[in-house]
Amino acid sequence: MAHEATHHNEGSATKRIWIVFGILSLVTIVEVVLGIIKPDFLVDTKFIRMSLLNWIFIILTIYKAYYITWAFMHMEHETKGLRRSVVWTAIFLIAYLVFILLTEGDYIYEVYKNGHVSWNF
Amino acid sequence: MEATVAKTGTEGKTWGGGPVSPLKASYGKMMMWFFIVSDALTFSAFLASYGFSRYKFIDSWPIADEVFNHFPFLHGVDAPMYYVALMTFILIFSSVTMVLAVDAGHHMKKNKVILYMFLTIIGGAIFVGSQAWEWKNFITGTYGAVETKGGQILQFVDTEGKRVSLEEFAQPLTEDRVVHERKNGLWFAEDEVSATTVSINEVKKGFAANDNVLVRIQMLNEEGEKTILSREESLKMMSENAVGVVQGANLTHNEYGPPLFADFFFFITGFHGFHVFTGVIINIIIFFNVIIGTYERRKSYEMVEKVGLYWHFVDLVWVFVFTFFYLV
Repeated sequence: MAHEATHHNEGSATKRIWIVFGILSLVTIVEVVLGIIKPDFLVDTKFIRMSLLNWIFIILTIYKAYYITWAFMHMEHETKGLRRSVVWTAIFLIAYLVFILLTEGDYIYEVYKNGHVSWNF
Repeated sequence: MEATVAKTGTEGKTWGGGPVSPLKASYGKMMMWFFIVSDALTFSAFLASYGFSRYKFIDSWPIADEVFNHFPFLHGVDAPMYYVALMTFILIFSSVTMVLAVDAGHHMKKNKVILYMFLTIIGGAIFVGSQAWEWKNFITGTYGAVETKGGQILQFVDTEGKRVSLEEFAQPLTEDRVVHERKNGLWFAEDEVSATTVSINEVKKGFAANDNVLVRIQMLNEEGEKTILSREESLKMMSENAVGVVQGANLTHNEYGPPLFADFFFFITGFHGFHVFTGVIINIIIFFNVIIGTYERRKSYEMVEKVGLYWHFVDLVWVFVFTFFYLV
């Protein structure tokens, strides 16, 4: 990184930091406002069995995660190899884990709901 | 032995510990990235299993807005999420000061590094303190609830649907019951009966006497709100199923909903808070190293960069915890 930094002058690096801070703050404010208002059409519209509002929250979160990793953790200045080995490993394993656990959780919900054994009393 | 070591033909192409390192990252930074990947998997395991439990109880999970609605100095005011949003800002801002410190390190500006690291430490400390306050509210609870013999949580509302605390309607009985006091030691070592301020019989008596109090069960209705029973159903539920009083939260009971909800709250925010805490400690160590000029002599502030990576990672995790625990 030290060699990278010499290419930038000091002003541009700090400027980028503040721009990213602005983006992160703005996205957080949008999330909180949406979370408080909870617009009906977003809550009621479902996309792949999840409300549009939740999709928006998750997408905005990944958007924030991208900026934190790329700008603050300087991932954008690392080599392609390091970038890919960190990001894709994590994304693949996490996506897999989330997929199997949520599917299983939904299955157990169905068992509780439609099964013959009473559990909710 | 020398004869058996064959030349591989890659001399000068692979890393021999020389100045050019693999992936152009220094050893320390690469190891920090490896650690971050493995730690990210630990956190995602926590959050994914939270999702698992939530999907399992998808139609009866607690609503975060109703649980986390406290704000300092605003007692009794419903302020959903404002405080967590504030905590998020504090953490993002401390990330900004951290990256400014790293940047100042690149330019070998010792005093700027000291200032920014100091601000980062302060931000981290405020965040940990805020989390402690969140825990305090969560553990103390606000309204209290009644547990059924099946382990379900019954909460109480008035006819307008506003939450009513147990103490507001419970009527004292002259029964033989000792309330736990602080001087008698640890509350969690005591039996649950004496740990609450009102007993189940007092709640039942008060409930029967107050016609305007209704039971709210965990099940969500079509509007995504908790179902409120009619007065007759409420009375039936209370007399047939209510067995115990829950005030606040611990690992086995909580007044918000399934025990798993509190368990995940404690483990996920606790594990994250522990990371923030260790981050603050490591930051303090590096901060003093900067002050005594260690990195000035080393002619490289890379150590600030490495602790910076860890600090940003903690911020990154919080972004996800914020979404999945408080928003979704």
